[in-house]
Amino acid sequence: MLRIKNLESGYGRLKVLKKVTMHIGAGEIVTIIGANGAGKTSLLRTISGLIRARSGEILFDLQEIGALPPEKIVFLGCSMVPEGRQVFAPMTVRENILLGAYPQYRKRRGDAVRDDFERIYGIFPRLKERERQLAGTLSGGEQQMLAIARALMARPKLIMMDEPSMGLAPLIIKDIFAIVTRLREEGNTVLLVEQNAKAALGIADRGYVLETGRIIMEGTAEDLLSNREVQRAYLGRDLDAEGRM
Amino acid sequence: MLPIVWGKEPKLEFFFQYLVAGITYGTIYAIVAIGFNIIYNATGIINFAQGEFVMLGGMTAVTLNQFLPLPLAILGAVVITMIVGAVIEIVFIRWLHKPSVLRMVIITIGISILIRETALHIWGESVRALPYFTGSSTSSINLGGVYISSQILWVVGVGALAVAALSGFFNLTMLGRQMRACSANRDAARLCGIDAGNMVTLSFVLSAAIGAIGGAVVCPITYVQYDSGTPLAIKGFTVAILGGLGNSTAAVGAGMILGILESFSIWVLPTAYKEAISIAILLLILFVKPSGLFGSAEAARLKEF
Ligand SMILES: Nc1ncnc2c1ncn2[C@@H]1O[C@H](COP(=O)(O)OP(=O)(O)O)[C@@H](O)[C@H]1O
Ligand SMILES: [Mg+2]
Repeated sequence: MLRIKNLESGYGRLKVLKKVTMHIGAGEIVTIIGANGAGKTSLLRTISGLIRARSGEILFDLQEIGALPPEKIVFLGCSMVPEGRQVFAPMTVRENILLGAYPQYRKRRGDAVRDDFERIYGIFPRLKERERQLAGTLSGGEQQMLAIARALMARPKLIMMDEPSMGLAPLIIKDIFAIVTRLREEGNTVLLVEQNAKAALGIADRGYVLETGRIIMEGTAEDLLSNREVQRAYLGRDLDAEGRM
Repeated sequence: MLPIVWGKEPKLEFFFQYLVAGITYGTIYAIVAIGFNIIYNATGIINFAQGEFVMLGGMTAVTLNQFLPLPLAILGAVVITMIVGAVIEIVFIRWLHKPSVLRMVIITIGISILIRETALHIWGESVRALPYFTGSSTSSINLGGVYISSQILWVVGVGALAVAALSGFFNLTMLGRQMRACSANRDAARLCGIDAGNMVTLSFVLSAAIGAIGGAVVCPITYVQYDSGTPLAIKGFTVAILGGLGNSTAAVGAGMILGILESFSIWVLPTAYKEAISIAILLLILFVKPSGLFGSAEAARLKEF
């Protein structure tokens, strides 16, 4: 579904991603783990078109998307749930979800959008209760659900999520991960970026480890979970963090 | 301090006459302020050429009215001004990548000078006006003892309609929601498939449209000249700041406040000071409450989210 080869990108003179090569097959949950500042967000922003790739290739469904603007990439079926949720704060919950369906409207599938609303409200009953509330007044967990709902309304073939558990209480993190699992069961393909490596590897099929802009390791989720290097660098730190919570 | 001009017996009609005049000017100020707000919300830019859209609306309508019936002339003027708005955005604004505020101020002031000079070249210095839409400049309508000219009803009516139409557009249509989404969070909007660049062009087109409509309805009363946009831009800017930048509902209230204050100021101050009022208000509000009269900490917090 997604195939990335020798991808490089960055900000101004700063090169963040260095020769990143990876792929995601249809129906998989693939996770990218890495410390703060490793370049995970930059990678997702490059795939989604918000940052221009400098070199290398990004093939989505065999089509080169490295030079396309984000709005075109969404239309092809690749959606992102951005880091920090980024909901439209001064707009209502319903409007946020509706805007997510914009590509569907453009493709003249207005009727399908109504069914999609039902489906989304089925997954996130809390959002239905708060339909008329301004998105900025939701709790962090609710905003995360809204951001996921908004991305799903485009009916993406691939949904990329950037640290959906960031800043949330453990119980809500559990909900969010349950939703990611459910999405896969419904046939979606998910690229999940997490600092919470243990939880992410717990639900993923495969994973990549990103360190200072390079992929230093890749493998199945079980392999990575049992890898001593990963345990020391990412899972150990994770356990500390959970202890503090 | 009661106005001295009232004499021994305050005349209620005078009070209403001033009030009506205040509301009329307030409507125009609000329309200019809303033009500022539309572009500000989409881009964060204060478009100092906003007054020129009003002037262009009036001037073009007068010219077209020489060979077209009035409604068509106004429609044509609005469409032409909209095209000017789109061209300005595409030629001067679109290619700028994250420009600084100062640069934008200089660019939009430059655009306003450019339009004014072009207008001077085309129309000369003569003062023009459209005929009254209904009735004549001497006839008036009696509203419960207060005589007001029919054109005032046109100004207030069309102003109210334009505000209602815009509000409907922004809150009820997909396109309007797309524009609001872009101003709330540009990157997130692009991730929804919205072409943010086009929304910016659309914001210039819309604010040119509302400016031109205002210019056309008001010019039978105020007349129009190649440079009549500038003072309106100052008033409109004051009103936009007074209401809180970006808040168009508040701009209507703030427009009324400025219009009515100006109108009644003639009672207590020499006429020459009328123009100073908006500057005084502008400075005062910038010093005391830059978020605007109706701007609340809550709204500001939501916006920044
Ligand atoms: N907008 C930006 N401008 C310049 N540098 C940035 C920007 N965003 C991130 N960076 C830098 O890029 C590197 C990777 O950041 P990021 O992709 O956010 O990492 P992660 O998501 O893994 O925490 C960091 O060194 C960060 O300082
Ligand atoms: Mg990040």
